[in-house]
Amino acid sequence: MMTFSPADLFLILPELLIVTAACIILVLDPVLRASDKDGLVWLSLGTLAVCMGLTASQMNTSAAIFSGLVVIDAYGAFWKLLFYFVTGLTILLSHPYLKEERLYFGEYYGFVLLALSGMMVMVSSVDLLTLYLGTELMSLSLYVMVGLKRSEPRSLEASAKYFVLGAFSSGILLYGISLLYGATGSTRLPEIAAAISGRNLDDPLLLFATILLAVGFGFKLAVVPFHMWTPDVYQGAPTSVTAFMAVAAKAASFGAFLRVFIEGLGGLKANWSAMFLVLCLATLILGNILALVQTNVKRMLAYSSIAHAGYALIGVVATGHIGNSSGIASVLLYLSLYAFMTFGAFAIVAMLRKGGIEGEDIDDFTGLAKRHPVAALLMLIFMVSLAGIPPTAGFIGKLYVFMSAVEAGLPWLAAVALIFAVISAYYYLRLVMVMYMREPSDLSSTSPRMVMSPALSIVLACAVAGVVIFGIYPNPLVNFAMQAVSALK
Amino acid sequence: MAYLFFGYFAGIIAISSMLVVALRNPVYSALSLLVMFFHVAGLYITLHAEFLAAVQLIVYAGAILVLYLFVVMILNVKEDDRYHSQWRIAAFICVPLLIESIVLLSGGSRATTSGNRLLQTEPHGMVVPDNTLAIGQTLFSTYLFPFEVASLVLLVAMIGAIVIAKRDIGGSET
Repeated sequence: MMTFSPADLFLILPELLIVTAACIILVLDPVLRASDKDGLVWLSLGTLAVCMGLTASQMNTSAAIFSGLVVIDAYGAFWKLLFYFVTGLTILLSHPYLKEERLYFGEYYGFVLLALSGMMVMVSSVDLLTLYLGTELMSLSLYVMVGLKRSEPRSLEASAKYFVLGAFSSGILLYGISLLYGATGSTRLPEIAAAISGRNLDDPLLLFATILLAVGFGFKLAVVPFHMWTPDVYQGAPTSVTAFMAVAAKAASFGAFLRVFIEGLGGLKANWSAMFLVLCLATLILGNILALVQTNVKRMLAYSSIAHAGYALIGVVATGHIGNSSGIASVLLYLSLYAFMTFGAFAIVAMLRKGGIEGEDIDDFTGLAKRHPVAALLMLIFMVSLAGIPPTAGFIGKLYVFMSAVEAGLPWLAAVALIFAVISAYYYLRLVMVMYMREPSDLSSTSPRMVMSPALSIVLACAVAGVVIFGIYPNPLVNFAMQAVSALK
Repeated sequence: MAYLFFGYFAGIIAISSMLVVALRNPVYSALSLLVMFFHVAGLYITLHAEFLAAVQLIVYAGAILVLYLFVVMILNVKEDDRYHSQWRIAAFICVPLLIESIVLLSGGSRATTSGNRLLQTEPHGMVVPDNTLAIGQTLFSTYLFPFEVASLVLLVAMIGAIVIAKRDIGGSET
């Protein structure tokens, strides 16, 4: 019988610290006075900083722990570092945002940390059941966070919609896992891979399990045609939560998805790459076209995040076609660069206030350059980067993804994606046009204004620094992604 | 003999779960769900998983379903409100998919040995004399990590329910 050793506990110390901090926050919240609650923010940020150091020191380890259910490797470390960073930004953004929205409670930070621990389990588990539990831990925390703006029916509706569809997709994922267990006799990815290598690839049971897993993950990644929930949920959720979901939750789903399909189902590449090619094209086309007609910035960014999942899928398709790891590395690179620009854009939307509420319509950005030149300039940088125009991070991300498609012998896919990148420039640059070319209609007290605070400045500075620095000098991140991918078996 | 039992339990499970969505009265739906839970438990017994069968009855039939019935009765759900005109579209898509999957699976099980592999694992389960003991030992040794993650999931669900249901949040605090 296998048991665990205390050394295992040391290797999952970051997870343990995050969970402990979350529990401390949940316990301290009711007893602290309202004026002392800022301490909870500092506690969360401190824990994240410590964990960042611990995970960075695990970059070169490669160990299977807890009877081979969990691995600590460079691939997991890459995602975890990204999650810490995004979670830190989320907490910094939430602090002023929750104040503006008059939502005071410490549970919020507890839930952010618990969702983070779920993401960490997702990307480091090599067992399908453990992975599923990690997914649920993340999703359940997010369902609650989406519904926090309870004075607003839209937020509650988003929460209910997300919960029902999320539960449904978890069911499909679980069904796929059970069929895969039936076909291969194990839930562990290495054993599944071993069982598949000796099998006929057209085994219908395996095909069925693969399709169900793809559908289940498709919901989590929000790719067309499983994207229906995304615009409503992203629009209804508090904007700090939307930013967290659009960046961290999507990255976590991609992390788990890639590990399952490369490490576990790598033997079925020929089968799944065609399937993802269809999903990828549908996502690129619908995501970009639907984003064109949006008048609400949050909805537009939601469709844009769908479209960006499509670009990332190109790397997956490319890997399925030739089987080298540069496709996967480009996905990791794309998602980490996407994190900076999307988070920055959402941060500006969150803090553009119109009276007591968010200025989230495109009209609210009219003439922003006149009133808040710095905010308008930052938004310009994020939009240009999202559109993929050099010399920004968005261009580098798209470049590597398209290159992997060309390497895989799919130049037409890169061409199609390029056409849709050009189309996407229309809706990103429309916002820039509105900010710079139009005069503000009236300068009354109800016109939208930016609420600046030190925490927000740090968030925006980090985001814009990432966009600009990695746009000019991406090599460290590229090497890091390469190292992470080489840890995948 | 084993196939006979399986056929009976599987058939009743399929019929009663269809009735759950097809019946107009929500209370009847809940009761056919109860019938389904009982037969799933029966299926577990034919697989020599007695502990799982007992848990299935206690947790699902005993606790969760009673909760369902309470909610259905308190909310007083109108019979007509539960249906939309979308079922035709759904049927149009699902029936071809169902036929396709049946053809695929029936064609495939003859071609490959997946059916035999499943049967081979069955005697392995019977070697263990006391499966409650076996489940307990596996859960707290091999599957310790997922077990702890599951406990966190329950923690989040519990606190989440309290937060969502709390009467007033913040608001007056400054």
